[in-house]
Amino acid sequence: MKPTPSQTVGPFYGYALPYPGGGELAPAGHPDAVVVHGFVYDGAGEPVPDALLEFWQADPGGGLDGEPGSMRKDQVNRSFAGRDLVRFTGFARVATDADGQWAVRTFRPGATGPGRVPYISVCVFARGLLHHLYTRIYFEDSASDPLLASLEPDRRATLVATAGPGGTHRLDIHLQGERETVFLEFR
Amino acid sequence: MPDSQGDIDREIADIATAAAKAVAGGEPEPEHVSRDYPPYRSSVLRHPRLPLILTEEADTELRGPVFGVTDVTELDRDLTRHHPGEPLGERITVSGRVLDRSGRPVRGQLVEVWQANASGRYAHDRDQHPAPLDPNFTGTGRCLTDDEGRYHFTTIKPGAYPWRNHVNAWRPAHIHFSVFGTAFAQRLVTQMYFPNDPLFRYDPIFNSVPSESARQRMIAAYDHDLSSPEWSLGYRWDIVLDGPSATWMEEGR
Ligand SMILES: [Fe+3]
Repeated sequence: MKPTPSQTVGPFYGYALPYPGGGELAPAGHPDAVVVHGFVYDGAGEPVPDALLEFWQADPGGGLDGEPGSMRKDQVNRSFAGRDLVRFTGFARVATDADGQWAVRTFRPGATGPGRVPYISVCVFARGLLHHLYTRIYFEDSASDPLLASLEPDRRATLVATAGPGGTHRLDIHLQGERETVFLEFR
Repeated sequence: MPDSQGDIDREIADIATAAAKAVAGGEPEPEHVSRDYPPYRSSVLRHPRLPLILTEEADTELRGPVFGVTDVTELDRDLTRHHPGEPLGERITVSGRVLDRSGRPVRGQLVEVWQANASGRYAHDRDQHPAPLDPNFTGTGRCLTDDEGRYHFTTIKPGAYPWRNHVNAWRPAHIHFSVFGTAFAQRLVTQMYFPNDPLFRYDPIFNSVPSESARQRMIAAYDHDLSSPEWSLGYRWDIVLDGPSATWMEEGR
């Protein structure tokens, strides 16, 4: 069957898609929690304040059986109840703020198989972006990852987060321009 | 000087002519938008110029998040019951199936919608269109697909609204849809349109989809059997998720 075409998320998703705790996959203060963060930039180098990012990853043991409960609802008054923080859902959703910045608190994903290099899969939506884009966040460069190995060093660098103080990892996403992020397709 | 509708029309027509030529020359009918679509001015600086990298070695992207009864409430699917009073406008029922490319139902996955009210105004602070807000309508809804991949919403037909792409730019009435498949690589955000909208030909977002047949797949059908007597008018719209061939072979969840 022929697929339904994509359309932009537009400017007004903000009261529908983001939800409280959307970027909190790991409990605050957990010794293994890391904060992954960055900015989204357009082709003029300007921050994009109306992008929406989704993250999907393996659990720390490499399991891809994400649990339900990413958007847990209070069944009495329809408000968002937040994750129960017992089950790991593997899914996060955050909108960029007015500065074009985003942050997610999570656990580092485990390897999904022998020799696999762990990464977080990212889906990017924005006003002006007619079809979402996929990219990845790796925590270290590794020649044993087939995707990283296939890229020139400057392109490869767009997928590898830089470790900062206090368990933070930064990766900026450039939709266009000199430092354009590597975006992926799957067939 | 700001662009006129005539400027936009010419750009849309030129791109359409080039696309038709390519198809006549043997290229396959394009199934998706071109991210580089200058008539939609906001796309100019927000699309990658380099080609996407084809990734054979994916495992994470071939799986995806799971949602369950804990993530929705029964009331979430009825956008007309989120406030004490009845919203203004034409009450409608929107229903259809979420399928993968081989026609199998996508079961138990999350469908989210958001839309303007009957006057064409979003309940969003940045929407400054001087049309009335409706205190009884927010315009967001969610549900899980059932075992046949079916979703079901009760809502109000949204109004057309102006935007600032060019002078006299108006969006055809639409409902925004966000849909999850069983693989993260099947993710889809799109817009459902209503049949015979006179604004289709003027709208660069609708026309960013380069083939007529693909544009038709974004338009719901009026379905009299889905209308409820003395209650609501029915629209049917099926959604087909794209995705890597590896996901077509897996058992549907
Ligand atoms: Fe809209």
